[in-house]
Amino acid sequence: MDIATSRIGQALVVTVMDSRIDAAVAIEFKEAVRTEAEAPGNPVILDLSNVTFLDSSGLGAVVAVMKLLGSERRLELSGLTPPVAKVFRLTRMDSVFTIHPELPGALRATG
Amino acid sequence: MSGRAVSMSESSVSAASRPRASAGQERTDADERRPLFLRGFLAADKTTRAVLADLVTELTRAGLTPDDLSNAELVLAEVLNNIAEHAYGKATGPVELRVDLLRAGLGCTISDQGHPLPAGVVPDPDLPLIAPPDHLPEGGFGWHIIRCLTTDLRYARDGDWNRLSLRIPWAD
Repeated sequence: MDIATSRIGQALVVTVMDSRIDAAVAIEFKEAVRTEAEAPGNPVILDLSNVTFLDSSGLGAVVAVMKLLGSERRLELSGLTPPVAKVFRLTRMDSVFTIHPELPGALRATG
Repeated sequence: MSGRAVSMSESSVSAASRPRASAGQERTDADERRPLFLRGFLAADKTTRAVLADLVTELTRAGLTPDDLSNAELVLAEVLNNIAEHAYGKATGPVELRVDLLRAGLGCTISDQGHPLPAGVVPDPDLPLIAPPDHLPEGGFGWHIIRCLTTDLRYARDGDWNRLSLRIPWAD
């Protein structure tokens, strides 16, 4: 699971570089994000703009990441592609997360 | 289901070419056609991924819209994940996936030799309770997703085989 991190203001941005979060990689994904999230920053913004496929196992892994961050650090989502947004919508998990259309830095980087 | 009771004259025509999935089931218009996609494989996470990749290639070639493609990929991922994780559990075994292009959508038949579905029926669970921060479910979404995106969901135990059939209607 290929993951990159960066900072935007106070936020830690965790960008998934792979195109799929499915049953085959759900555990690996969770562990990779857990490791990357040891870096400081709040909220943690999970950038899913490269992810074009997420199944219910992948969704469960995203929820697991939210839980392991604990109550002090928020997990927010960014850049959901249409197939990924559909899974959040069908399961009503879109009500649980703050979802950004794109990374805040995409707008603020120059200003 | 009883075994095949195919008469001699009938067997010479169709017994060899007819896919197993249609044996003992009601016949649909799909049974007479060449399937758009037909694949037998051993259940496993990584195999599911490879089969779905091939299926998407085939569906793209058939001209499906991105919405229809992603619905099909999601539904069949959930079905195949269920087979690998629940029907077979720690073991593995054969899976057969057939997809037909129908006027109103995709017709799919998925067969496996794992454990039967509990109570012999297709699960129809409510969405798990979502009430953060105390109730944040990590699972229990699969059948809900399948039911949201399909019609004509049917299950039968046919000898050693589970046969699940469903339709994925075209997106609006």
